[in-house]
Amino acid sequence: MAERQLLSGNEAVALGALHAGCARGTGYPGTPSTEILENFDLIGGEAEWAPNEKVAAEVALGVAFAGARAMVTMKHVGLNVASDVLFTAAYSGVQGALVFVVADDPGLASSQDEQDTRRYGIAAGVPIIEPADSQESYDFIRLAFTVSARWKTPVILRMTTRVSHTTSIVRPVDVVEPRATPHFVRDIPGRVMIPGHARIKHKALRAKLAEIQEWCETEGPHILFPGQSGIGIVSSGVASVHAREACPEAAFLKLGMTYPLPFKLILNFLKDKAQRFVIEENDPFLVEQIRAAGGDVPWNPEPYRMGELTVDRVRRIIKGDTTPETPLPKGRPPRLCNACPHGYVFEILKKHDCIVSGDIGCYTLAALPPLSAMDSQICMGASIGIGLGLRHVLPEVEARRVVSVIGDSTFMHSGLTGVAEMVFNPPPTGHVLIVLDNLTTAMTGQQEHPATGRRLDHTPTTRIMIEEVVRAMGIKNVTVLDPVRQTAELEDILTKALKTNELTVIVCRQPCLLAAGRIRSYEQKA
Amino acid sequence: MKTNKTTNIRIAGLGGMGIIKSSQVLAEVLFRAGYDVKKAEVHGMSQRGGSVTSDIRFGTEVLSPMIPNAETDFLLILAPEEIDIHRPALRPNGVLINAQSFDAVTLPNKKSLNIAMLGTLSRYLEIPVEAWNKTICDIFPEKLHAINLASFEVGRNMVK
Repeated sequence: MAERQLLSGNEAVALGALHAGCARGTGYPGTPSTEILENFDLIGGEAEWAPNEKVAAEVALGVAFAGARAMVTMKHVGLNVASDVLFTAAYSGVQGALVFVVADDPGLASSQDEQDTRRYGIAAGVPIIEPADSQESYDFIRLAFTVSARWKTPVILRMTTRVSHTTSIVRPVDVVEPRATPHFVRDIPGRVMIPGHARIKHKALRAKLAEIQEWCETEGPHILFPGQSGIGIVSSGVASVHAREACPEAAFLKLGMTYPLPFKLILNFLKDKAQRFVIEENDPFLVEQIRAAGGDVPWNPEPYRMGELTVDRVRRIIKGDTTPETPLPKGRPPRLCNACPHGYVFEILKKHDCIVSGDIGCYTLAALPPLSAMDSQICMGASIGIGLGLRHVLPEVEARRVVSVIGDSTFMHSGLTGVAEMVFNPPPTGHVLIVLDNLTTAMTGQQEHPATGRRLDHTPTTRIMIEEVVRAMGIKNVTVLDPVRQTAELEDILTKALKTNELTVIVCRQPCLLAAGRIRSYEQKA
Repeated sequence: MKTNKTTNIRIAGLGGMGIIKSSQVLAEVLFRAGYDVKKAEVHGMSQRGGSVTSDIRFGTEVLSPMIPNAETDFLLILAPEEIDIHRPALRPNGVLINAQSFDAVTLPNKKSLNIAMLGTLSRYLEIPVEAWNKTICDIFPEKLHAINLASFEVGRNMVK
């Protein structure tokens, strides 16, 4: 046994991946997943930020096609972007190994929805492994690579906020796996997913999943805790430790792999229990499947599906207490930093009563009082498409007030196709897009992206200039200015643009206040 | 202190007050003392001046990373306006260590209030002062050693 370490779940995943011989980690920053790749880089792994999760997953799949092991990290909503890769990679399978590390955010600490990644396991036919703490984060990323390599399938390691961001003790395993030597083995029917090939691979996928299910029944990473009462609880992930604390006298079946499920094991566990519960966070993913398999387990009251699960909530579920919960007093909400460059732009948009189609980043905070200057925010890159849709159908006076606002990292992630749409199908009143370029991915903790000119480890690479890209795509009116020092000019350009029927892009460039010092030091090093 | 139960400590305040740093010191001290430790904190949007909370739990085996309602043994509040949010989390006989208690004393640096509060907390935990000092020195860069060690001492001397 190696020396014990105090690690966050994200740090433990990075260490486990390194010890599993992962050749490359790819991803896009997103709370609560961001620190995995940053730590993988720090401890000597090859790590990169890709422009978005889909590209990250594609790069990782290419690594796995070459016979090496790859990890791709993202937050839950990132998997929506990468899901196109996931579904068909499940058919093609991999040569080396491929693990999707996906971090869910129950309770929405920093996200736009509370979707449950485990649903993707069923939908795509990809095994799901769920750690409960840092030790399991380390052990299970290693297991995920083993399962992936053995069955030549992608595997999802499903993290949640409290697993990713809780620090606890890890004893790493001494055996470190060597990296595979990549080698290209041609397999046209296995990797070119035209219908004739894919039909065969779909059958193969189902056969693979049946084998994995058998393995999961007998050798899966599950733990049985005998109880002293007639209560039997099936659980997984961080929900299992809340449940064990809330109900220490119960018998527990803690599932480590939650797709495909070990139904024989579960039904056998439940059969002699007087009272049965399934304790899980987010969707009734386990409950639905266990009930469908004939397990007599109750649904949990609907309110507990929303927000984070806690020890207190588990106690209420066990007691059958459905009285309204006392809402916890709210803390101070986050806000834009004092003198944030974004603030100058939103002051102008507010002054002119613009209809602001917003996007994902720090600047989304402009939707909150006192600014209250953003009218929609849905997903990465949506500011442009939604703004165009509004412009197409609103009465002209309202259409002329519509402005799309997007950050630099979000623009590189999903804004380029929006600009293509803007040029391809311009509304009769034209459109105005403001790119808030603060030269970093600020909200997630100042990560690099393709328009900063630096890679994940802050070493230089070719910088994509946003203004050159939009000009090349056919936008005629492109201005770059400093929103802090050229506020009057910004207001002038914006108000004029809103009156024309043309397409305008204004790049407001000023470094994030929190990142400015670091950016200067990276530039000096370069 | 009983070692067969989990002891719960919450450090709370606003972004930028050093809550993440002080909870790192605390968790490391407890880890080195041989306890099972879990430290759960909120990242992300809280970095933008919003409320920040870190739950540190230790004992022989810690299960949930979050402190259940009304089970906090020690509550360290760096921003006085945040007290009402966290008061329900405190046990009836729990100890509140409040930033306002430090108004009367002189800290070497206002920014080291987080470590001064750990000094006060240290009076209640069975960990030698040398272990605290060593961990502070291992975690902070050398130029901040003197300030933080002195602040820790000020906090420690506030409880007799």
